[in-house]
Amino acid sequence: MAKIKPGKGAPYARILGVGGYRPTRVVPNEVILETIDSSDEWIRSRSGIETRHWASPEETVAAMSVEASGKAIADAGIDAARIGAVVVSTVSHFKQTPAVATQIADLLGTDKAAAFDISAGCAGFGYGLTLAKGMVVEGSAEYVLVIGVERLSDLTDLEDRATAFLFGDGAGAVVVGPSREPAIGPTVWGSEGDKSEVIKQTVAWTDYRDGEVEKFPAITQEGQAVFRWAVFEMAKVAQQALDAAGITSDELDVFIPHQANVRIIDSMVKTLKLPEHVTVARDIRTTGNTSAASIPLAMERLLATGEAKSGDTALVIGFGAGLVYAATVVTLP
Amino acid sequence: MAATQEEIVAGLAEIVNEIAGIPVEDVQLDKSFTDDLDVDSLSMVEVVVAAEERFDVKIPDDDVKNLKTVGDATEYILKHQA
Repeated sequence: MAKIKPGKGAPYARILGVGGYRPTRVVPNEVILETIDSSDEWIRSRSGIETRHWASPEETVAAMSVEASGKAIADAGIDAARIGAVVVSTVSHFKQTPAVATQIADLLGTDKAAAFDISAGCAGFGYGLTLAKGMVVEGSAEYVLVIGVERLSDLTDLEDRATAFLFGDGAGAVVVGPSREPAIGPTVWGSEGDKSEVIKQTVAWTDYRDGEVEKFPAITQEGQAVFRWAVFEMAKVAQQALDAAGITSDELDVFIPHQANVRIIDSMVKTLKLPEHVTVARDIRTTGNTSAASIPLAMERLLATGEAKSGDTALVIGFGAGLVYAATVVTLP
Repeated sequence: MAATQEEIVAGLAEIVNEIAGIPVEDVQLDKSFTDDLDVDSLSMVEVVVAAEERFDVKIPDDDVKNLKTVGDATEYILKHQA
């Protein structure tokens, strides 16, 4: 039998740079209240959201990704030509083929990097990060760009009291590359397809095309069921990720959960019994829920404001439609 | 051993106090969680999960919306506790 030579990868992988892009238009709760019967106080108390960003027609999924990625690449201090793969997690790119990742790879000036999109909802960043780590360690790419990007304003029913205020647009990106030390822990991830109805697109595109419904598809969710699952089941997953990485909560510096809802974040912190010294990302207040983009956007902001610093140990966990989830411990770039 | 009605109300009062900061003496059978005790739909989920642990009972999401008052919750737990 012929002997196949294995790839030559790095001993470990790490996040080398992070970048974010928030659309120019800031949308306060007052704008949301034009189409739903609610109040600023209700929205803030149920979600923590004060403002969110909505993209203009020019701020496309590709354009926002290129902006965020450019910052991440500069932060990593590498040449775009050395990026071997581009992984884009999104559910709101409305041209299903070709993958938007190929266009982004080209616009960034990579040298024919492998490029593909993944669909893992609000867990997309963790799924992409796990793929990237595997590629770097296995040797199929020296550097991998992982992008979470959404234009959820396109998938928002502005007349739905339960979700009209929730979603935002934006892009977050990280560059993953070689490391001499472990800097991305084991991923604890999975799916619970028996709960696929809990967060979902209201109808299929084809139903809309065929005139079976009048309203354009939107994302809808069962708030209480999501809250229970996110707080109590995801706290267990977060703890498993800490355990798998051999990190105690005393050793943890930063907690960056998916920015789904500030109430979920606060309850998770309580359930996980995180010590006072742990910095908790609450970027949702001014960014809204940006699904796959929320973790890298929150990471970028914590580093930019100095609330977190390079070398800090951070627990990241994404969870959402599927239901799917992914948690891991990383060293911040 | 199964909890009595009195023990359940007392337990719920402690839970509501912990989650919503409502004085324990305000938590009475006829009180509505949302209208009287300032427990909104998300806090209600926290109350339910805490009650599940304390009274060894399962309260599915579909049943939570029927638990309007402390009395509703107490009756549900009495009926379903292991």
